[in-house]
Amino acid sequence: MMAALLRRTGQTVLVLFGVSVLVFGVFFATPGADPTARIAGRNAAPQVMEKVRHEYGFDRPLPVQYAIMMKKLFITRDLASYANRGQAVVPEIMQAAPVTASLVCGAAVLWVTVSIFMGTLAAARKDTWVDRGLMMLGLVGISIPVFWLGQVANLLTQSRYHDTWLFSWVPGLGYVPLAQDPLGWFRALVIPWVVLAVMFIGIYSRVLRHDLVALAGEDFMRTARAKGLSPMRVLLRHGLRTSMVTFVSLFGLDFAQLAGGGALLTEVVFGLPGVGRLTYRALTMLDLPVIMATVMYSAIFVVLANAVVDVVYLFLDPRVRDAR
Amino acid sequence: MPADPPLLAVRDLCVSFPARGRMVPIVEHVSLDLHAGEIVGLVGESGSGKSVTAMALMGLIDSPGVRVTGSALFRGRELVGMPQRQLRRLRGRDIAMIFQDPMTAFTPVYTIGWQIDEQIRAHEKLSRHAARARTVKLLADMGVPDPAHMAQRYPHQLSGGLRQRAMIAMALSCSPALLIADEPTTALDVTVQAQILELLRRLRGTHGASILLITHDMGVVAQTCARTLVLYSGRMAETGPTEAVFDRPGHPYTAALLDAIPPLYGPRPDRLPAIDGIPPQPADRPAGCAFAPRCGHAHETCLPAPPPPVPIGPGQQAACVLPAEGTPLPPRGPMTECTA
Amino acid sequence: MVALGVLALMALASLLAPLYAHDVAHTDPFASNVAGTIMLDGREVDIMQPNDNPLHLGLSPIGPTWRAAYLLGADSQGRDVAARLLYGGRNSLLIAAGAALLCLLLAGVAGIAAGFLGGVVDTLLSRLMDIMWAVPVYLFAISLSIVMVSQSVRLGPFVLHADSLLIPVFIIALVYVPYAARPIRGRVLALRQAEFVTAARGLGVPVWRIMLRDILPNLATTLVMLGPLVMALALLAESALSFLSLGVQAPQASWGTIIQDGEGLIYTRPMVAIAPGLAIVIVVLALNILGDGLRDALDVRDSGRRAS
Repeated sequence: MMAALLRRTGQTVLVLFGVSVLVFGVFFATPGADPTARIAGRNAAPQVMEKVRHEYGFDRPLPVQYAIMMKKLFITRDLASYANRGQAVVPEIMQAAPVTASLVCGAAVLWVTVSIFMGTLAAARKDTWVDRGLMMLGLVGISIPVFWLGQVANLLTQSRYHDTWLFSWVPGLGYVPLAQDPLGWFRALVIPWVVLAVMFIGIYSRVLRHDLVALAGEDFMRTARAKGLSPMRVLLRHGLRTSMVTFVSLFGLDFAQLAGGGALLTEVVFGLPGVGRLTYRALTMLDLPVIMATVMYSAIFVVLANAVVDVVYLFLDPRVRDAR
Repeated sequence: MPADPPLLAVRDLCVSFPARGRMVPIVEHVSLDLHAGEIVGLVGESGSGKSVTAMALMGLIDSPGVRVTGSALFRGRELVGMPQRQLRRLRGRDIAMIFQDPMTAFTPVYTIGWQIDEQIRAHEKLSRHAARARTVKLLADMGVPDPAHMAQRYPHQLSGGLRQRAMIAMALSCSPALLIADEPTTALDVTVQAQILELLRRLRGTHGASILLITHDMGVVAQTCARTLVLYSGRMAETGPTEAVFDRPGHPYTAALLDAIPPLYGPRPDRLPAIDGIPPQPADRPAGCAFAPRCGHAHETCLPAPPPPVPIGPGQQAACVLPAEGTPLPPRGPMTECTA
Repeated sequence: MVALGVLALMALASLLAPLYAHDVAHTDPFASNVAGTIMLDGREVDIMQPNDNPLHLGLSPIGPTWRAAYLLGADSQGRDVAARLLYGGRNSLLIAAGAALLCLLLAGVAGIAAGFLGGVVDTLLSRLMDIMWAVPVYLFAISLSIVMVSQSVRLGPFVLHADSLLIPVFIIALVYVPYAARPIRGRVLALRQAEFVTAARGLGVPVWRIMLRDILPNLATTLVMLGPLVMALALLAESALSFLSLGVQAPQASWGTIIQDGEGLIYTRPMVAIAPGLAIVIVVLALNILGDGLRDALDVRDSGRRAS
């Protein structure tokens, strides 16, 4: 087990390095990009330009630029946003992280429970209208653009039906910190949770149902039935438990992508000041340091989550422990 | 011959699956008797319907639209058409099944011990402790070394032979009266095969279990079974006491199968006589005898309808027109060393 | 089958966009028409109407007329939403289809190379895919878009102008390559073990020939299955990018840009945002159903009944 863990760590480090190079490359090495103007802002004075050029090493070769950028991001953490009056980028990200975390974790809880329920029910009632109906619902869920759904949700909850009992409890757009007001925090996040979860419920319930149905023909399922176990037990204890392995690894990847800022659109539509919205703001102002930092942090998050998923996989599937 | 009613009496069992708009018969009119304490062999090549017969008996076929007709009386209770809830009570407790590939037959994510405990506790009210104690004892009975630790291992961590022993232990955990063994040794090495067969033979004495042994290997049948049923293309070709079937086969297919076994004595043949052709697809079975296209003795009487089984000796029947026409197959030398 | 019909309908409708705008609605979807008027039930009506609030502050465009002209109402620039919907559909569908094709092409090359050549090539390509996939898809696409959209890009002899539609096509195709390459690589790996390939290699057939004649045709089913799925993803991605003003650039329209136009009007004239969103949902749903159907029909990995 230790050997497998060490190997995984080594791979993770390598991928992290690769990611940093890729992100750096996108922003600073694409043809036609002038990083100096980007960082200093479009209408910066020549002295500022010169300062920026020197500080970031744009007058030196690319690898040196890369090294300087990495240092600023991770070690000295003084990467500053010039478009936003020199505000330090890294602390800003740290501040926005809990918001994104609240959004993504809540949505995750919702989508995991609902999709397990839907997927298992559909597999248990295979080929009945229950199955077909649930799968169609899932398919619809996958087909809805999340930002549009958020807009429609807002339309319904904030405007059209705001005064009915259905949605009168929905507060205005924005975030309420948990420590400050737990109930408010919850109420502000319920609709965003649902909106964000819809797409994933669609994906996961379908994947789970597909896996469970595929497993039903497996030998060990046949053995379990031959043992005289009830169908529910066979489905849940043997079928579900075995397909959890795939489910969890998929979940880990998606959760990481989301937490790393993939929830950008949802945050924007609902006015939640998370990492995603930070990125969006930076986009509209072409605030390059912020954009680069957020993209980098989110990519790191994804890579780390990948590694965590692999470790969890080792615990979930005993075959993998001895295989490597 | 024991006079008390058989433990399992199957009559005219037919299993059909829907395919392309019509019902395709996979198993047709299979009948067999199994008495307490007996090992009965069900022999046939791949695709002959052996496993489907076994699965049908246990009610384990859940393909949509499958139709099972006929009768299968287990201790006087009719298995065909029995509601699933009652079947579940029988499964694992009165009738148990062991499968061909023990690697895939165990759930990969739980330990062996956990899975055996599960079967015990599904049918009897035992504490986890008591169930585990029984599991360990069962494993020890099956010859598994260090059973307490083995119980904590996962299926993939055991060798093939140990896994099969564990599977047999699991099947016996509730002392079933009937054990259906579906190709229990096919996936194992020859030496391990012998051990497992020996184990199965002893079970009648140690656990009082009767066994329906399904296999394609005539050698296995010769070593273990008191009576044999030969299946070809879903239909019964021959049935009878193993010694009689091997010494005086009544059906050309049985004879051909025996011919294909390399002889232990006598001159060494240049080539093993293999049977030309392949068994027909279930959907394309001939109207007459299913073996006719490949049979050296086929003639007109074989073609119109499948020949009904005719008695050719004490307890022996063959589904062939030859005995009735007065031209039975010549007897072979004694081949079996059945220690039944 | 229904899905195919729906898709065909959508495609056809978009292609006929100019016809609709000119002959049916008699509106110009691209010219700002803030001060204009239209004939409604014989009366002349301002396109920009005063709001409903008590003081009649501000102007809003008219809502759906359910007539030929301004069927779905007007947007904040007084343009016909229905006509723009069709034009936008044309762009959105073209970009999605183009991105899907390009993505499958690139992923095909990568997948075949990695799966068939194995060894170092496989490790390198797989690591590259891992790295690319590590950046959340939309973030990656957004980052690339920012960099490329604001100026022309010169790639050797090719020059992509800043508002060319090819830029979103290229970006979306690129970010989904890891997604498509994985199943392709898996299929190639399985095929490589297949007997007919071993036979070909044993006979000394050159590698590129094996790839072309043996592997590629068998890969066709995988590619066909992936096609609608990738196109659905591409359409969603394109709408997100355009929503953020990073995809299709004004004055061109796409469903995403129309949703963005409609964002400010969401509470007063929701149809502007709802119509393109519904269009996207319908097309993506149809594509997904199509992909599902294809997969059911073509997937060879059926666990057949075991021979007894």
